[in-house]
Amino acid sequence: MSPSEPLVDVRDLEVRFAGRDRVVHAVNGVTFALAAGEVLTILGESGSGKSVTLRALLRLHPPRRTRIAGSIRIAGQDVLALDAQRLSDLRGRTVSMIFQEPMLAFDPVFTVGHQIAETVRRHEGLGEQAARMRALEMLERVQIPSAKRRLAAYPHEMSGGMRQRAMIALALACRPALLLADEPTTALDATVQIQILLLLRELQRELGMAMIFVTHDVGVAVEVSDRVAVMYGGRIVESAPLARIIQAPRHPYTVGLLGSTVHGSMRGRRLTAIPGAPPDLATLPQGCAFAPRCPHAAGPCTAAVPDELVVGPGHHARCVRLANAA
Amino acid sequence: MADGSALPGDVDRAGAAQPRLIVRGLRKYFPIRGGLFNRRVATVQAVDGVSFEVGKGETLGIVGESGCGKSTTARLIIRLIAPDEGETILDGEPVGTSDGIGIQEMRRHVQMVFQDSYASLNPRLTIEDSIAFAPRVHGLSAATARARTHDLLAKVGLEPGLYVRRYPHELSGGQRQRVNIARALALQPKLVVLDEPVSALDKSVEAQVLNLLLDLKAGLGLTYIFISHDLNVVRYVSDRVLVMYLGKVVETGPVDALYEQPLHPYTQALLSAMPSMDPAHRTEKPPLTGDPPNPINPPSGCRFRTRCAFAEGICAEREPALAEASGRPAQSVACHMSRPGSGHSKAPS
Repeated sequence: MSPSEPLVDVRDLEVRFAGRDRVVHAVNGVTFALAAGEVLTILGESGSGKSVTLRALLRLHPPRRTRIAGSIRIAGQDVLALDAQRLSDLRGRTVSMIFQEPMLAFDPVFTVGHQIAETVRRHEGLGEQAARMRALEMLERVQIPSAKRRLAAYPHEMSGGMRQRAMIALALACRPALLLADEPTTALDATVQIQILLLLRELQRELGMAMIFVTHDVGVAVEVSDRVAVMYGGRIVESAPLARIIQAPRHPYTVGLLGSTVHGSMRGRRLTAIPGAPPDLATLPQGCAFAPRCPHAAGPCTAAVPDELVVGPGHHARCVRLANAA
Repeated sequence: MADGSALPGDVDRAGAAQPRLIVRGLRKYFPIRGGLFNRRVATVQAVDGVSFEVGKGETLGIVGESGCGKSTTARLIIRLIAPDEGETILDGEPVGTSDGIGIQEMRRHVQMVFQDSYASLNPRLTIEDSIAFAPRVHGLSAATARARTHDLLAKVGLEPGLYVRRYPHELSGGQRQRVNIARALALQPKLVVLDEPVSALDKSVEAQVLNLLLDLKAGLGLTYIFISHDLNVVRYVSDRVLVMYLGKVVETGPVDALYEQPLHPYTQALLSAMPSMDPAHRTEKPPLTGDPPNPINPPSGCRFRTRCAFAEGICAEREPALAEASGRPAQSVACHMSRPGSGHSKAPS
C-alpha cells in the first residue's frame, strides 16, 4: 500500500441478489474513498443499500446468490480477489465489524473472555495467557465495570448495553485499521445509545482507526462522523463534510430527509414530508431513483442517472438541477 | 363523518371540563414462574401506581426507556390486560364496574394503533373488510360500513378505489399504518391510544404519518395518548408529557415547560441523551452510566437512585410522591430534591 493510497477505495461497486423470479439491484455504482483515521457515515433509509454496501466490503453476502461488480481495495488489498484464507486473515484483523444485535455476533456457548482471546490468538499468534490479558485489557477499555469478573460471563448474562460494549471489545481486540459499524446503537435505549456513541468516538480517536458508520438517524450521524454520504436507491446521491450536509444540503432527497426529521421545538409547524415511499430495488425507476418523489422532477431526470457533480469543497451531489449551479 | 350513521351513545358526556380519561392508581405486576411446581419466583413490577388525566382534545405523550411500563399502561387502559388495581374513568364513567360502562362499550370509544403495522392487520382480509369489520359488528349495514370505509381511506390519504380490494402484504409500511389509523377511527372513537405508531417507519414516511395524525386530530376533534421512546417526536405531537421510569411516573407537565426546564434528574438525563443536531455542539459527556435496571426487584425508595448523581440516604429510605412543583403550575415531579423538608440536602427549605 503506497502512502498516497487511501485506506479504503471503492469504485463502481454493484451488488445484485438473484432471487427465484427477480433480481434485486441493491447497490448500483457506489464509489468512495476513506483515509486512515477518518469517520464516514452512510446515511439512508431502509432499502437504500447502505448495509449491503458495508457488508460487501467484507464479502459477507452469500456468494451463491450475490453478484458483485466493481472494485474494493482495503489497505492495498483487492478484497474481491482474495482467496478464503487471505479473506479470513483480513476479517477481524485489518477490518472489523459491529452489528445492531450483539447477541448474534457472539457464540452463546462460550464466555465473552474466551471469544475475545480466541480472536487474538488466531490473528496475532499470542499464547493463551497473553491473549487472556488482552481480553481483559479490552473489556476495561470499553468501560465494562468489574471487567475481570465479566471475562467469565456468557453473552446472555449481560445487559443490552454491556453486550454492545463487549462486542466492541471483540471487534477492536486486534487493533483493526478500519471498523465497520452497522447501526450499532439502533436497538439501544436513549441513555445507553449516547454512551456507546461517545465510547466509539473516543476509541476511534485513541486508536487512530477509520470507521464507516451506517445509520438511518441524522442525530447519530452528527455525533460520530467527519463526512456523510447519503444513499438512496443503491447510489450515493450526496456526500460532504458533516457540517455542510447538515447546514447546506443540495440534493432534494437530503433536503427532504432533514426536513422530515423532527428535532427541537417544531410544534405547530407542519413537517415538510417527502411524498411516497422508497423505491422497490427490484424495479428501480429509470434515471434518478428519487425522481418519482422529487418536487423538482423534470424530463432530464428520468433520461439517465445524473452524474456526480462537485458543488462545493469536498461536496458532491447527483442531481441534474445542480449542473448549472456548479 | 357526515354519513349520518352515528352509533348510539356518541353524545359527548359530562361537559367540556370533564377529562376524557382519568387513570387512578393503576398497578400491574407480572409473575415470573419457574422451578418446581411452576411457582412464582419473581415479580415484574411493570406498572406501579400510575395516575393521570387526559383532557378533551388533548394529546398526552408518554415517554420512557424499554421496561418503563409505557406500553403496559396503554394495554391496561384498553384492557388488553386486566389491572391488578386501579380504575379508569372514561368521560366520567368508571370502566368495567357495575355502576359504569362495560369493557366492550369502552372499546368503542377507545381505539389503539400499534407499532407493528403488519401484525395488527389480518392478512386474509382485504383493507376494506378490515376497516369495515368493527362497524359491521356494531350493527351498521354493509352499505353504510362500506361508505364509511371509503370515506376513512380518503381521510388517511389512500385513494379508496385503489386500495379497498388490496391485502396488507401488498402495501408499504407507511400505507399499512395509514390503514391501521383508518381502522382505529372506524368507530368514531373519543380517544386513540397510539403505541409507537411511527417507530418502525422510515424518517421520510414518519413525517407523513405525523402530519396525518395532527390533521385528523384537528379535523375530528380527537384525543390522543401518544407513546414513544423518541423524545423529538413526543415533543412535536404532545400538549402534555408523562415521563415514566421502571413502572412509575417520575414527572409530568406541559410539553414546553418539561422540555425546557425538566425537574427530575431522570428527565434531565433523558433529554441530554438526545443526539445533538448541531455539528458544532456535539454531546461531550453521557448524562448517565449503565443500563436501566431490571424491573424485577427494582431499587427501594426512589427507583432512579441507583443511576442518579444526587442520590442520598433519604432516596433509598422513602419513595418520593408525585406532587406539583412549587411555582410551576401543572408540572409535577416525584423527587425529594423538589420537595421542601424532604430531608434531601438539595431540597428547598
